[in-house]
Amino acid sequence: MDQLLQHILNALVLGGTYALLGIGLTLIFGIMNVVNFTHGALYTFGGYAMYLAAVALGLNFFVALPVAVVAGLLLGAFIEFTLLRPLRRSDIDTTMLVMIGAGIIMQSGTLWIFGGVAKAVPTPFPAQPLVIGPVSLSYVNLFVLGSAIALIAITYFTINGTRLGRAMRATFQDHDTAALMGVNVSLIYTATFAIGSALAAAAGALLGPVYVVTPQMGELAAVKAFAIVILGGLGSISGATIGGFILAFAEELGAGYISSGYRDAMGFLIIIAVLLVKPTGLFARAERIG
Amino acid sequence: MSTHMSTPMSQPAGTAILTVEHVGMRFGGLTAIADLHFDVHEGEIVSLIGPNGAGKTTAFNIMTGFLKPTQGRVLFRGQDLSQTRPNEIARLGLARTFQRTSVFADDTVRDNVLIGLHRHGDVALLDRLFPTPRGRRAEAAVRERADAILDLVGLATRAGEKAGSLSYGEQRLVGFALALAVEPKMLLLDEPVSGMNASETQGFVRLIRKVRDEGVTILLVEHDMPMVMEVSDRIVCLNYGRLIAEGPPAAIRSDPKVIEAYLGKSAAKLEHKEPVHA
Amino acid sequence: MTRFIAPLFLVVFALVPLGLKDPYLLNALIITGILTICAMSLNLLLGFTGQLSLGHVAFFGIGAYVSALTALGFDVSLPFGLRITHEGGAPLVGFVLAVALTGLCGYLIGRLSFRVRGAYFVIVTISFAEVVRLVALNWVELTQGPLALTAIPNMVLPVPGLGDVALRSKMQNYYLVLAVAAVSYLVIARLVASRFGRAMRGLKENESLALSLGINATRTLTVAATLSAAMAGAAGSLYAHYIRIIDPDVFLFSYTVTMVIMVVSGGKGTLAGPLVGGILFGLLPVALRPVMAPEAQWIVYGAILIAILFLMPRGIVPALESLALRLRPAPEAKSAAKPAEAGANP
Repeated sequence: MDQLLQHILNALVLGGTYALLGIGLTLIFGIMNVVNFTHGALYTFGGYAMYLAAVALGLNFFVALPVAVVAGLLLGAFIEFTLLRPLRRSDIDTTMLVMIGAGIIMQSGTLWIFGGVAKAVPTPFPAQPLVIGPVSLSYVNLFVLGSAIALIAITYFTINGTRLGRAMRATFQDHDTAALMGVNVSLIYTATFAIGSALAAAAGALLGPVYVVTPQMGELAAVKAFAIVILGGLGSISGATIGGFILAFAEELGAGYISSGYRDAMGFLIIIAVLLVKPTGLFARAERIG
Repeated sequence: MSTHMSTPMSQPAGTAILTVEHVGMRFGGLTAIADLHFDVHEGEIVSLIGPNGAGKTTAFNIMTGFLKPTQGRVLFRGQDLSQTRPNEIARLGLARTFQRTSVFADDTVRDNVLIGLHRHGDVALLDRLFPTPRGRRAEAAVRERADAILDLVGLATRAGEKAGSLSYGEQRLVGFALALAVEPKMLLLDEPVSGMNASETQGFVRLIRKVRDEGVTILLVEHDMPMVMEVSDRIVCLNYGRLIAEGPPAAIRSDPKVIEAYLGKSAAKLEHKEPVHA
Repeated sequence: MTRFIAPLFLVVFALVPLGLKDPYLLNALIITGILTICAMSLNLLLGFTGQLSLGHVAFFGIGAYVSALTALGFDVSLPFGLRITHEGGAPLVGFVLAVALTGLCGYLIGRLSFRVRGAYFVIVTISFAEVVRLVALNWVELTQGPLALTAIPNMVLPVPGLGDVALRSKMQNYYLVLAVAAVSYLVIARLVASRFGRAMRGLKENESLALSLGINATRTLTVAATLSAAMAGAAGSLYAHYIRIIDPDVFLFSYTVTMVIMVVSGGKGTLAGPLVGGILFGLLPVALRPVMAPEAQWIVYGAILIAILFLMPRGIVPALESLALRLRPAPEAKSAAKPAEAGANP
């Protein structure tokens, strides 16, 4: 029972960052119809940006974090501007392959620059965990969960409460109509990709200090993000949030009670199961024929 | 009107080949078709008309299995099509053309028809992988058949050109040739003459009469009213997903409900224009 | 023009070992050949049916493991007290089983995953490959997990007059790979030119229209997936018996990426494309190795992939074809003068 409580607590912490990853990907997928294979690399980028800011530049931890997120935002805008904007009329396969190319460059570039050895990012939190009855939670994990919830809330507010968000939602519905209504669709695409990238980088910057930062850390993160998007539905922030927590629980309980070796298989199995039970995805839209 | 089909509409010739039985189609809260009910009889040319958004293409998509109706059913030669997939419906002998994307644009006109002849020249895997005499004979027969169809629709001279490079009207003809390649017993044509000029349209009218005379029943959706009036044995008129009139061209032309649907209430009182015959 | 590429390649590559004695280069050519077979088989799906499968490495890896385990033997206990013991057998049986079982996997995966299209299909195929990789990593009793299957015997072929011949030298393996590549190419070429090939093309260009003509999408795509998987499985078997050691890294996504780069750069949906792309990207590491680190090479690959998608989105072979067409005005050229109205295609 106590073990179960501990698993649940761990899953909550994990779920927050998974939700960040999933929201970033689902926004890009839903609004731009781009399968973003740089998402994992952007997560890695967030980790290394945190490392550079906190360790190499010696910035305060709480300053380094927003710096890393903004760096992710800018990198996302740059990728969108240079690689996706010229391909606006291309099909989804082409943009997907271009994103795979960009992802390879980013991951190999990280490996080239920083080498394969993992980097640690020191945190200002006490090493002693917070013990509440039978369960314990480290202060850094508590901070990660709090930050993730705050970022999800900010994103939710941006989409649902601002002019930018309204334009994004209109573009999601129908980009042609949005353009007719005077929405600058190109700008919305850049903003969407930048926000999605910033969220991926934030997840990396938050989890980097908890574990370590490596060039490969994004590979699995990307797949988990895909699983979350499929669970939660295209372009749905609340769906991605719920999906993030479901995946975290499945992994934590699967690793705890089945086999730790298959922890990372959970995401894939969820993808396969969801798509096979409901082939068009949980929230698919009907296509027009003729 | 065609002397060939002079039977009065109340007693159409032949038996029903296609029966649309109280079909309804809702998309979420939107009713695209409500309780649509009519028959098409063997050897007829019937037109489905109605203003934009009346549900004509939706009806076609239901009849050919691309959409499953939310109520009612469609029978083709007595067989319920409710659980039948589009490719199986084609195999039963009910072929269709499409309004917008009617051709394989990147392929030559001949290759288009060859793809359409999919149901022919089926050979065993071995004959497919190795150049056996049987495989070769089947392939030669299919190519011959393709050339015959291109001759019939008058595209023989364009056989080597990319279908996407043809004029829009000629692409409609390629789409028609594709549907003919299925060797259907019944053809559903979705705006077959849109994009054709007057002489092309006349040629097409002769063509579908010829095809009908060879025993193919035809149901078409078309906006070109003179063409519809000239070619149809019977007309079914839809508005807002409902059947509002059904009958021979002469009756439809003067039906106040039809005129109102097309021209609005005020125009219903005005006299209609005589259709142009060529 | 491109019609002559394949026979030309066959003749050139059949002659290469006669003048080439460098074992390092011969090794690179064998690996290139194996990856080119994978690229050709991927092209059957990606190029000819238009379904972007990014789990292709799974079939390569399953083929490698099936063939290796058939030759080595295994002893695993299953739930409910079941136990399977296999003594080890002829590598050629492994090859046949690898082809058959990967074909079966391709059939099953095809049946299941063609129910979804587009991005969903891509994600399902990636997931499948990753699950298989994790199984290979964690089912230690069968696969030895990260410790790898070692001492896999070389391929043994029965040769009339000589009895069973073990293919120990690089030269022998080279010709085996070349032969399998040639057969794969022929099978694909025949298939594409047939009624089945036309059905695939129809589905790729306009699925609704193809369905309306009586083409069975699920069946056509599943047959393509089965054949494609079986060929990748054959390549995996060749790899296992040549390298003689395999670990779960044979399932890495980067192999799939390599195959995709080969197909896309050469020209997807063309017969010669995967050959050109395969040889280019198979031998590029040889050229780059002296001058840069592996991670830098991958940066170059990524950049080339992006550059090709931007500059020649249809690939090298179609680009060369249209160049040849422009240099030598063909009779068909006049059709290009007609105003294109392909806008009807969404």
